[in-house]
Amino acid sequence: MTGPAAPLLEVTGVSVRFGALIAVNRVSLSIAQREIVAIIGPNGAGKTSLLNAVSGFYHPFEGRIAFEGRDRTHRSPPDVAALGIARTFQNVALFKGMSVLDNIMTGRLMKMGGSFLLEALYWGPARRQELEHRAFVERIIDFLEIQAIRKTPAGRLPYGLQKRVELARALAAEPRLLLLDEPMAGMNVEEKEDMCRFILDVNQEFGTTIALIEHDMGVVMDISDRVVVLDYGRKIADGPPAEVRSDQAVLDAYLGVAHD
Amino acid sequence: MIELLYAIAVAPFKDMAGAPAFLVEVLIGGVFAGLMYSLVALGFVLIFKASGVFNFAQGVMVLFAALTLVGLLERGAPVVVALALTTAVMIALAFAIERLVLRPLVNQAHIILFMATIGLNFFLEGFGEMVWGANVKKLDIGIPDRSFIVRGVQINQLELTAAVTAAVLVTVLAVFFQRTRIGRALRAVADDHEAALSIGVPLKTIWIVVWSVAGVVAIVAGLMWGAKSGVQFSLSLIALKALPVLILGGFESVPGAIVGGLIIGVGEKLGEVYWGPLVGGAIENWFAYVLALAFLLARPQGLFGEKIIERV
Repeated sequence: MTGPAAPLLEVTGVSVRFGALIAVNRVSLSIAQREIVAIIGPNGAGKTSLLNAVSGFYHPFEGRIAFEGRDRTHRSPPDVAALGIARTFQNVALFKGMSVLDNIMTGRLMKMGGSFLLEALYWGPARRQELEHRAFVERIIDFLEIQAIRKTPAGRLPYGLQKRVELARALAAEPRLLLLDEPMAGMNVEEKEDMCRFILDVNQEFGTTIALIEHDMGVVMDISDRVVVLDYGRKIADGPPAEVRSDQAVLDAYLGVAHD
Repeated sequence: MIELLYAIAVAPFKDMAGAPAFLVEVLIGGVFAGLMYSLVALGFVLIFKASGVFNFAQGVMVLFAALTLVGLLERGAPVVVALALTTAVMIALAFAIERLVLRPLVNQAHIILFMATIGLNFFLEGFGEMVWGANVKKLDIGIPDRSFIVRGVQINQLELTAAVTAAVLVTVLAVFFQRTRIGRALRAVADDHEAALSIGVPLKTIWIVVWSVAGVVAIVAGLMWGAKSGVQFSLSLIALKALPVLILGGFESVPGAIVGGLIIGVGEKLGEVYWGPLVGGAIENWFAYVLALAFLLARPQGLFGEKIIERV
């Protein structure tokens, strides 16, 4: 077991490059257990690239990523998922043809085991297993208040609800670390408030550590324990929201130099 | 003019009503042929669903499976052993394809993967004939090519066996993909690669599974067609008949492959028998393609395909 002082995720000097373009430039950050960390920055600052490096979609050019104290810099996305890191995508990546319920059930794939033959026959332990997973998924559905749409094909839902279903699918994997890429993009005020509440509840009830990318400063200041600011691939600030808000470098880079 | 219309629109139906037992025979023949087309189309659908690749080599996989099976039988292997070994060969082939073809080409455009399957097509054809020889071979699996008569309708025992086998296989596959974890993972991969990766679905495993299943489907198809018309190069051409089936049923739909196959099987038999004489026969050879063409014009996504809606 890791002690309370050991961070859940430790990113050390990570760079992500695409040819000559340096999307993430030697960024270091650590996220403690049960923390909610917001990653902010202007467009093209390298936020999503950093997230992709952590979740195994990009391989860092240099640097080290450690999860629960173990080095896992060059793992594939399925391996990362198996470690207990779940994520959502900036442009919702749901299985559009499947129902909401099936989408969320896919989040449990890694938790399932046993014989295919038994599964196919829906018999004995396989049946018990399926029912247990269903029960867990139903809990998440209740938790995120999406009972009414569970049989609807995900592709037909409005954008705000799709984002919520994507969160549900990520939660179904019972992740230790949840990476949310702009969970509130394109939402109206009411939907944003709901999403904020869900994120805080997830953090409290399941003890899930959360890293999120967000543009809405109001949201960021409200829900995060700590804010990390990126600009042109570099980390320019890291601290509690109130502190970061008044940081001159952040004001210059993020809000514009000529800010009164 | 009136005579022509009569010959097209009235006379064939009078013929059908006049000899119902014969009509049933024709229909049964159509259903049998249709199930066989479905079987080949199913191999395409599985691979297309899981990887978006149109596997040009599916027809040759049927030939290759049949050649392997016959080769083993000729060397004195009992039927069960030969079947088991052929299955092992097809699964080994799936592993090899994943490792040597798909993995190095991951993230390439679909057309590149399509070209790779054309290469695979020629390789398998040549390799199969190199190992097992290019002669026409008779495939005898112990089911007599005899007919029996039920209420005046003649039914061929071999065709019946083939149809039942195909139906069982299709059902098993449907259950497998609906019920099991692998099935769910497969549907996930088919829908969105990135999202599937993020929930922990290993693409490699899924590819090996679908290519193995396509290989097994190819064995059954090769077995049935081979028993009927001998194992020879033309066996790989039945893949061409699967193409219209896919267009009719939709490239991503398992039920579509089945229904599409039945429609084409029954349609071409009816056309050949009742309308064939009008144009001097050979309707069976082009019916499927004309129907596919009509579908492409009217409903390009097929009967069961998802309607393509571009949101702007």
